[in-house]
Amino acid sequence: MFRYIVKRLMEIIPIIFVVSLLIFFFIHLVPGDPVRLAAGKDATLEEITRVRQELGLDKPLLSQYATYMQNLLTGNLGHSLKTGLPISDMFANRFSITMNLTFMSLGWALVLGLLIGTVSAVFRNKWPDYVGMLTAISGISLPGFWLGLILIQIFSVTLGWFPTGGVDGWKSYVLPSLTLGAGIMSMLARFTRSSLLETLKEDFIRTGRAKGLKESVVVRKHALKNSMIPVVTIAGLQFGFLLGGSVVVETVFSIPGMGRLLVDSIAFRDYPVVQAVILLFSLEFILVNLLVDILYKALNPKIRYES
Amino acid sequence: MEVVNEVGQATVVTLDKQSSRAREFWKKWKKQKTAFWAGFFILFLVLVAIFGPVIAPYDPYEPNYDATLQTPSLAHWAGTDEYGRDILSRIIVGAGLSLGVSFTSVFVGAVIGTILGLCSGYYGGWIDRLIMRGSDVMFAFPDLLLAIAIVAILGPGLTNVVVAVAVFSIPSFARLIRGNTLAAKEAVFVEAARSMGAKSSRIIFRHIFPETVSSMIVFFSLRIGTSILAASSLSFLGLGAKPESPDWGAMLSMGRDYLATSPHVVMIPGLAIFLSVLAFNLVGDGLRDILDPKTKN
Amino acid sequence: MSENIIEVKHLQTQFTRDDRKTVVLDNVSFHIKKGEVLGLVGESGCGKSVTSLSIMRLFKDTTGEITQGEIVYNGTNLLSMSENDMRQIRGKEISMIFQEPMTSLNPVMKIGEQLAEAIRLHLGYSDKLAREHAVSMLTKVGIPRPKEILAEYPHQLSGGMRQRIMIAMAMSCRPNLLIADEPTTALDVTIQAQILDVMKQLQADEHMSMLLITHDLGVVAEMCNRVVVMYAGRVVEEASVYDLFDEPKHPYTKGLIGSVPKIGQKRDRLDSVPGNVPTPNNMPKGCKFAPRCKEAMSICWEQEPAIAGVGENRFCRCWLYDEEGRGANA
Repeated sequence: MFRYIVKRLMEIIPIIFVVSLLIFFFIHLVPGDPVRLAAGKDATLEEITRVRQELGLDKPLLSQYATYMQNLLTGNLGHSLKTGLPISDMFANRFSITMNLTFMSLGWALVLGLLIGTVSAVFRNKWPDYVGMLTAISGISLPGFWLGLILIQIFSVTLGWFPTGGVDGWKSYVLPSLTLGAGIMSMLARFTRSSLLETLKEDFIRTGRAKGLKESVVVRKHALKNSMIPVVTIAGLQFGFLLGGSVVVETVFSIPGMGRLLVDSIAFRDYPVVQAVILLFSLEFILVNLLVDILYKALNPKIRYES
Repeated sequence: MEVVNEVGQATVVTLDKQSSRAREFWKKWKKQKTAFWAGFFILFLVLVAIFGPVIAPYDPYEPNYDATLQTPSLAHWAGTDEYGRDILSRIIVGAGLSLGVSFTSVFVGAVIGTILGLCSGYYGGWIDRLIMRGSDVMFAFPDLLLAIAIVAILGPGLTNVVVAVAVFSIPSFARLIRGNTLAAKEAVFVEAARSMGAKSSRIIFRHIFPETVSSMIVFFSLRIGTSILAASSLSFLGLGAKPESPDWGAMLSMGRDYLATSPHVVMIPGLAIFLSVLAFNLVGDGLRDILDPKTKN
Repeated sequence: MSENIIEVKHLQTQFTRDDRKTVVLDNVSFHIKKGEVLGLVGESGCGKSVTSLSIMRLFKDTTGEITQGEIVYNGTNLLSMSENDMRQIRGKEISMIFQEPMTSLNPVMKIGEQLAEAIRLHLGYSDKLAREHAVSMLTKVGIPRPKEILAEYPHQLSGGMRQRIMIAMAMSCRPNLLIADEPTTALDVTIQAQILDVMKQLQADEHMSMLLITHDLGVVAEMCNRVVVMYAGRVVEEASVYDLFDEPKHPYTKGLIGSVPKIGQKRDRLDSVPGNVPTPNNMPKGCKFAPRCKEAMSICWEQEPAIAGVGENRFCRCWLYDEEGRGANA
């Protein structure tokens, strides 16, 4: 087990390296002069030079990269071109907001997805199945921003149960996390269904029934645990989906999280911030995938003992 | 002589197989009820996309300040937006935009991905490793984020959206095709090598490709749905189509401010996106059930 | 009170695939006396396993269904019971062990729990008592370190051990009838002998009835009192084990027995029965064995023979033994 973790970490490092390299080159890929774009149309020569220095673009490429890596390793993410504030400060609050949102969404997705998927599998080809699967495929097809707006219209504007935006206590997270979680919930529902159906065909399920166990016990105690393993894995892997979706959801619900920051920074051509956000998201994504992988191996006693 | 004969014979057999395979397919397709009807909807959508500018009742760009924010009525089936433009006409023309962007981007991504996948699977060795490492890195970015990053670099606009969506489609196609290529290589290569020698590479591409086509079609259909969502999300965020254009995502973004008073401005374009993506997903699912029934229950 | 623990009468079972119904068992009848071991013999595909699944009514998540017949256990027809009542029977009065010990146990559940759940359910024991009972069952089937095994997972054990656990599980609630579907087929030959010994011992101790399904005549010879031979979803012969080996009547049985090498016998080639079992959708008209039968007569191709008595407690489905000669049927 330990060896496996180390092995995976070894594999991850080159990928992280390449990713950070790509992100570093980000600024250099911009067609045209990023400095001019960032400084704005009416910038004076002075301002342009200042921005160029800010961005470190006046130094040779290699030393730029060295500075970049140095900064990263010391936790210095640079400064925002727009506000001049250190980016790491800007992140502090926003990060926890986005994390709250993401985890709440994952929570909804898991609970609802597993429920719908299980019901669909148990009542296969009867109406609960059709309803469940229709809901699921709709969930994948719904544009997040539309769902969000609909929820706002119904539950905030008309019913007044939840605030329309901003972050003000746990209530503010309900609608956004439902919106963000919808896509994943649907995927999980479908996957749970097929996984459970596969498991129910296995020999040991027949043994359970042959012992005279009630069908509900067979499903709950024997089938679910077995089919959960792949499902939980998928859930973890959908985390990336959540990160991407958070950008949209935060925009719709005016939530001051990382996603909003990204969109705003792109609009302002505040490249250092854009770079930093993308880097952070990517790192998160890679690490979560790694964690899920390890978790999967840990949960599955078959594999745990074999290695 | 023999080689030509063999190949000639092979083509005749394939043609025969193709026509009865097509009939088989149609029979099975009719059984997939939801996918079947979704297929018609897509046909309808494609027609609207192609003939949009001709059939639209009003000019989608022309403002009409006397008729702003009208709820759906006989004159304007879908109502008007904040500039008095007929929403139905904008939706119709927007269909062309949405389908155009998604088809193009997925197609480009598919072509590049397929080439990469075929090379990766067939040649193996360092080419394979390079391509797989590359796709690993790309998989390290969440989908939408990658698209946002690309658009952030290249700047907003629909062409860049196409590029972004194409790019993030490439690794999935490459992986898929590579897998199929590897499998086909095992199956066909041995026999081909045994009987034909030099011509084997041609035969392999002739034989491998048809096998991969079915999973590619399924994947393609599902990706169209994803790319419509991605493109409209980008437009919604202001990173895609220009705000005045009748792109469905942009319409939603613009109409947001009027959500409370005139919800139709937001609801209708959103519905258009939803139904289109749903149709493609249903069709993709239906295709997968026919072509690869093992993956269903 | 009947001396039979179970009577299967005119059982017909079918499976459905793509809207096509295929009859897999046709008019299968036999009985098992209390305390006896009945062997159910035949090639793969003859319907032996489906017969056992029919008795246990274990067709959930398959397309199988019983369309005709009765299965009378202790005076009640199992086929007319509600699912609830049937569940009281399964695991408690009638138990079953399956062919594949590798996949028949839940891989993510500890052995102890898999044993205990049936015990708690049917015998109403507390957790503690159930565990103790489980340990005693494991000891009975010859598993070393039973207390430690309770906390282990199936993949940590060998095939032979797993099959012993299956036997322990099946016997834990003292069933009246044990159905064993090819219990030793998936095991090594040496382990096979051990498992058979365990089963023999338990059967004798508990005076339990057993339906032993197998294609291996050696197992039949060692374990069974009586034998039923099946072919293509039908019963073709029924006899005591001695009579069957001593003087097989049905040409198929003759072929089966002839194909087993006997010690002391000098042969250059083993007799085998040529051809293959017909698939359910391609059944020949008339006797199903006719295409492969060395002694087939013209009537065999036209009409299927009915099962008829051919001696004391012996039955055979063959025109060769039709008392009225060819033409009429019994």
